[in-house]
Amino acid sequence: MSIDEMEKKLRPPEIPLKPYLPKVITLASGEKMVVREARREETGTLLGTIYPLIGVPTDFYDIVAVRMYAELLGWYRYRVANEFVIVGAVNGVIAGIVTSRHVSSKLGMSLHTLTIKRGLRVGAQLFAAKMEHHLDDLGEEEVHIVAESPNGFKRWMIEYQLEDRSSQFPEVRHELGGVPTYVLTRKLWEAVRNIKCTGTRPVPEQDLKSAERLIMPSEYPQIPGFKR
Amino acid sequence: MPANVGIVGIGHTRFGNSSEYDLADVMAYAASDALQDAEFLERRREIDQVIVGNMASGLFCHQSAVASSLVSRMDMEPVPAELVENGPASGASAIKIGYMAVASGMADIVLVVGGEVMRKVSGWIATDHVATMLHTEAEYNMGLTLPAFGGMFTRLYMEKYGLTERDLALLAVKNHRNGARNTYAHIQLPCTIEAIADGPDAAVVNNYVAEPLRMYSTCPVSDGAAALLLVNMDSPKARDFKKRPVRIAGVASATDTHCVHNRKDPLRLEAVRLAAEKAYRMAGVGPKDISFAELHDAFSILELAISEEVGFFERGKSFLAVRRGETDIGGRLPINTSGGLKAKGHPVGATGVSQAVELVRQLRGEAEEGRQVKNPKYGMSVNFGGFGNNVVALICAKGED
Repeated sequence: MSIDEMEKKLRPPEIPLKPYLPKVITLASGEKMVVREARREETGTLLGTIYPLIGVPTDFYDIVAVRMYAELLGWYRYRVANEFVIVGAVNGVIAGIVTSRHVSSKLGMSLHTLTIKRGLRVGAQLFAAKMEHHLDDLGEEEVHIVAESPNGFKRWMIEYQLEDRSSQFPEVRHELGGVPTYVLTRKLWEAVRNIKCTGTRPVPEQDLKSAERLIMPSEYPQIPGFKR
Repeated sequence: MPANVGIVGIGHTRFGNSSEYDLADVMAYAASDALQDAEFLERRREIDQVIVGNMASGLFCHQSAVASSLVSRMDMEPVPAELVENGPASGASAIKIGYMAVASGMADIVLVVGGEVMRKVSGWIATDHVATMLHTEAEYNMGLTLPAFGGMFTRLYMEKYGLTERDLALLAVKNHRNGARNTYAHIQLPCTIEAIADGPDAAVVNNYVAEPLRMYSTCPVSDGAAALLLVNMDSPKARDFKKRPVRIAGVASATDTHCVHNRKDPLRLEAVRLAAEKAYRMAGVGPKDISFAELHDAFSILELAISEEVGFFERGKSFLAVRRGETDIGGRLPINTSGGLKAKGHPVGATGVSQAVELVRQLRGEAEEGRQVKNPKYGMSVNFGGFGNNVVALICAKGED
């Protein structure tokens, strides 16, 4: 068997996913954050953005960063089925990244949410964008979600009042391990969509252009004195 | 004749998330900062008394006797140390007790420290802990919280005076602008009126906390500490300090009914008015003499209501002054130059002391560029305990006054 043939065998079967249409959100600071799907060829920039956070234990950045790093590599090397990546960019600079996976027509698997620009609810907006894609675009009925930090637990489990399915373990379990699985159902999403999810489409040409080329942050609030 | 009391040292931690630290360490940081400012760190055992303001370390940190803990952490034994608790006004009450100790002649040098670490628990639990200061049967057990009170108070004010949510957002823009220039502020991000009130994303970016109160009209849950070194200005010991003291010209407190529904008019903050009147009398000044003020804006509506009760504006008119920019830095009467509780943060037990630190910084001319009030003479702070049922007002003056 040739290497190319083996490579084909190594790749999971993919379902063509409906694209996530870009949108723009005005953050409280007045800055415009373009939210759009990342392209596979941007993986290097995304990995370079995440890499410095692997060494930050505060607020569990280390575990989220290292897992997201692996997810992005898995996406880049075609080792994860139906993964999608959404980025938020302010003037092109990456403000946050979310990863997720379409499992079936009924189920989505939320992977990680990483916020770089803090204090403006960037993570909350990107998480909402991810749920919007799962439930509104891809038409799934529910999304499985876990949290790896107290911040995540507060933002998703408590604020969204997610359904706790931990009692159904191991029948219901998130792919990220045996941690308790929570679920955003369509009913829950419809109850919170208007207060959690925002953004304007189509994105004005100028804003879209600003996010065409993603830029790695030159500073991180999580790493004082950081120099690339 | 009471002694003149001056502030010769100030200290402050950066407010925000200090949940990985012990409360006594956070307080010790601010205390050391104040002692260094007064060039008195090496002589700290000569201090006559330590007074600590803290609201609920037992609930937030499962820790009690924090005054004793602080003294030990500072290696200050055998200096006497006591704790003062008055809800979110614990800090200003600690200043008042410190003032009384010096003015009465019991002590010449007093270290006042206010501190709280609230973020060891979730925001929801912290909100619940703070709500325990409400009337147990009539309020707390009915599910009331401070944001709920803030929301109802805002609604009443809106209906009576025509205040809008946009007016509240203007306050947030002002205070975030000030906080962005304050080294010690929890939130140092400016916000725009377009983003939090006028634009298409505003309803989500600035979501409701307790309608009509939105996130940008509500203070964050913060950790932090602040400290002051008080000295008897009439004592020979006052000469040991190089910096000119900022004089405590007036300090007073008052109480109101614990149950808000027992008040004749729920929009009136009688304890604020009475505390301010007493402080003005003590200082021999009136509202027109105040150059700037720090007012307890745990919810933005309180900045307006308090500014009216202390006589800065006619009732129901303060928001019009905000629209005109009168309370901006550079305006007729700058309010919450530190960023207020909204942007600087609100570690409940620390807030009153933090407000006093801001008065001193402004009166010394030591505020950051763009945040300094021009030639201030008198600064006033109001620290609000409960839902206005135990309030402390403080007036500080430049030393030469």
